Amino acid sequence: MREIQLPLEKSLVKELTVGEELRLNGTIYVGRDQAHQRLTRLIENSEALPFELKGNIIYYMGPSPTPEGRVIGSAGPTTAGRMDPFTPALLDRGLTAMIGKGNRNQSVYDAIIRNGAVFLYAFGGCGALYSDKITSSEVLAFDDLGPEAIYKLKVKDFPVLVAIDCRGNNIFK
Amino acid sequence: MRTLKSQEVYIPLKDAIMQSGVVLPDDILLGIEKAKREEEDGPALSVLKHITDNLSIAGKKHIPLCQDTGMVILFVSIGQELIIEGDPLEKVLYRAVEDAYEKGLFRKSVVEDPLKDRKNSGNNLPPVIYYDFLPGDRLIIKGLLKGFGSENCSRVFMLKPTDGREKVIESVVSAVRDAGGAPCPPVVLGIGIGGTMDYAAKLSKKALLRKLDQHHPDPYYSDLEKEILDQVNATGIGSGGVGGKTSALGVKIEKFPTHIAGLPVAVSVNCWADRRLEISL
Repeated sequence: MREIQLPLEKSLVKELTVGEELRLNGTIYVGRDQAHQRLTRLIENSEALPFELKGNIIYYMGPSPTPEGRVIGSAGPTTAGRMDPFTPALLDRGLTAMIGKGNRNQSVYDAIIRNGAVFLYAFGGCGALYSDKITSSEVLAFDDLGPEAIYKLKVKDFPVLVAIDCRGNNIFK
Repeated sequence: MRTLKSQEVYIPLKDAIMQSGVVLPDDILLGIEKAKREEEDGPALSVLKHITDNLSIAGKKHIPLCQDTGMVILFVSIGQELIIEGDPLEKVLYRAVEDAYEKGLFRKSVVEDPLKDRKNSGNNLPPVIYYDFLPGDRLIIKGLLKGFGSENCSRVFMLKPTDGREKVIESVVSAVRDAGGAPCPPVVLGIGIGGTMDYAAKLSKKALLRKLDQHHPDPYYSDLEKEILDQVNATGIGSGGVGGKTSALGVKIEKFPTHIAGLPVAVSVNCWADRRLEISL
């Protein structure tokens, strides 16, 4: 088990190996289907993005409503494969890691190796557990998308496994 | 004739929906514990440990165990000697779903139009409802909160009539293999064999309503359930898809007569978070 202080430096990504369990601490960004489509449009139109991709992590997630007295509702990962068409362009612009569940397609896999990035697996279905690991949450962009908005989260002891490391070793193979 | 007030349907159904988003049925909990006992040290065991931690946090803090609280599927069986007084039954079912999602702080995951603008309906309506009739005066409602990480992995195969048992097994196993880690394994499989394309799909959902230990009454089919389960587990997909001994918690088959020219097979894939409900009034 390895404790990671975010942001995740590319030099540290090189040390990570498939199957290794990590605990993330720091800031991550949340985006899923609709947010990815919009980010891609912004990139195509050379417009400013709501957050810096370089050195950052996107978590594929759409939370349930926040109960009173909590930071966020249930907040586990969604299927990563749906974001495959959008991901290589984000990796090529400096995104360091993605967090989700399930395997990626060949073009994402290639883009991970090409950019020295990493794909992290979050425990699928464990929304209540992840809710407990999030210490702050704010909507950063695309508020109109509700649970599909882009959120900025602070996380503590956020458990993930290294699923595809920067050398292309894949836990799902 | 027996009379039931619509409120007597609304309250238990709403409560059952709220409960099922937070606490899993006992047979599923036992299945997860068994998978944990049988798994060797490694990533898959870590997945299973996090799953059990998650279930305990959800129960203690009363929050949905998974943020995808699903689309509601209801199988409503109505006794022909039963009168429901007050609001029309379908209105009551809708209200129970809407209020359960609001009060339970479940995520609203339904869009009004599947293609045009995909605007969220804002209340998780409508549910998918199947009605049938029963002799007598009971009302039985069974249901699922169906997550779509797993639903996207569900498949229909229109096999040839001479394809036989092996091809059925091969088709189901191929669906699970293609799904990999996406549907949150260990999965639960509902399989519908026979009928028409649509009816096989409905049967695959009906199969998911049974408990893991409720095997098919016909030994031919209970053996087939076991054989498919063994072959799915032999794929090595494992919990979370990270490689391991248990890829499925259970396999349940429903069958129906079919046409001489066909052999429809539908597979409904459900995640380990197999959220079922049942009320009998």
